[in-house]
Amino acid sequence: MMEVVISKSLRYGVTISAITILLGLILFIITGKSGYPGHTFPTTLSAILTGLVSLKPYAIIMTGLLLLILTPVFRVGISIIVFLLEKDYLYVIITSLVFAILITSLLLGKVTH
Amino acid sequence: MVWTAISILIISVFAGIFGSLLGLGGGMIVIPALTLLMGVDIKYAITAGLISVISTSSGSAVVYVRDKITNIRVGMFLELATTIGALTGALVAGFLQPKTLYILFALQLFYSAYSMIKKRNQELPEIRSIHPMAEKLKLKGEYYDKALNQTVTYQASSVYSGFGLMYLAGVISALLGIGSGSFKVIAMDHFMNLPMKVSTATSNFMMGVTAAASAGIYLFRGQIDPKIAGPVAIGVVIGATIGTRIMQRMRSVTLRKIFIPVLLYVAVEMLLQGLGVK
Repeated sequence: MMEVVISKSLRYGVTISAITILLGLILFIITGKSGYPGHTFPTTLSAILTGLVSLKPYAIIMTGLLLLILTPVFRVGISIIVFLLEKDYLYVIITSLVFAILITSLLLGKVTH
Repeated sequence: MVWTAISILIISVFAGIFGSLLGLGGGMIVIPALTLLMGVDIKYAITAGLISVISTSSGSAVVYVRDKITNIRVGMFLELATTIGALTGALVAGFLQPKTLYILFALQLFYSAYSMIKKRNQELPEIRSIHPMAEKLKLKGEYYDKALNQTVTYQASSVYSGFGLMYLAGVISALLGIGSGSFKVIAMDHFMNLPMKVSTATSNFMMGVTAAASAGIYLFRGQIDPKIAGPVAIGVVIGATIGTRIMQRMRSVTLRKIFIPVLLYVAVEMLLQGLGVK
């Protein structure tokens, strides 16, 4: 049960992000336009989302990449719920700690750099 | 432009196959291929490498987790060590001399390669006495080995040294900016006495989490180029899907024989970095 839920959540995450990236790439190749001047691309969340709404190829690819990056974090979150349903409280604590550390390091913005 | 994207995609398919087989993530192929063959700036190659690690990790876990090759509890428990390690690494970054670290870890890798060469013909781990901590943390499991046509049951030993090595793996990931998949595999295969296939699959599973933390930061710093990272992500996902199917039908002995030269290569690279040759 635990394996099925985690495997499925990863499958959705990977599929959705891969399709988004692919759509962006196809649009970029067909139109030959990235939607942004020169070699620039959107780097803030709001720029990515506004670009996505106006279907700019680079913004679509960036959205897909962002979804891909969020997939493992999402997986840890799902694991907490799964361990909770299995009443394995030791692992609820372990996984919650991992999740908390992950968020802390994201906020610190220095990890693996 | 179209050809560049297609070339990057093809290279990434190989990186995905290789990365998912060995639990290393594939950055080791993507980064040199992009810089040397495609002339991509190292700054963007490194972040494409991170994207490759995340794609391999999530892409291969879809299959490895479903087929119970990945041990989720072992992964979560050891992720505790790597994330705390990464956090420590980030905090002590200013105080430590990376060159010394490179040399120390190169030596550790050489030793691991030596011990792996010694047990190169070992298909499944030998049975050791039951570790009380492993019992408490449920660090055990079983999987169906498609190459051997049998169900393999196993139990972790040396929980403390495995956890300790993982902590160090987290510290160096943060300090040196590497995935340190080789350390993860060694901590599980060598120290914790887990089957080779469980070690590589679980290493893959864990790696995405560590890489995600830094990739998010790089994305907002503008260091992830969509026209490079995009084809990498798609290529690696395709490669990982192929790799997971190959690995399950491969013998662990074969897997080990591919892993040993890779390990030696990484060790030499780190030693050269540490000695300032590169």
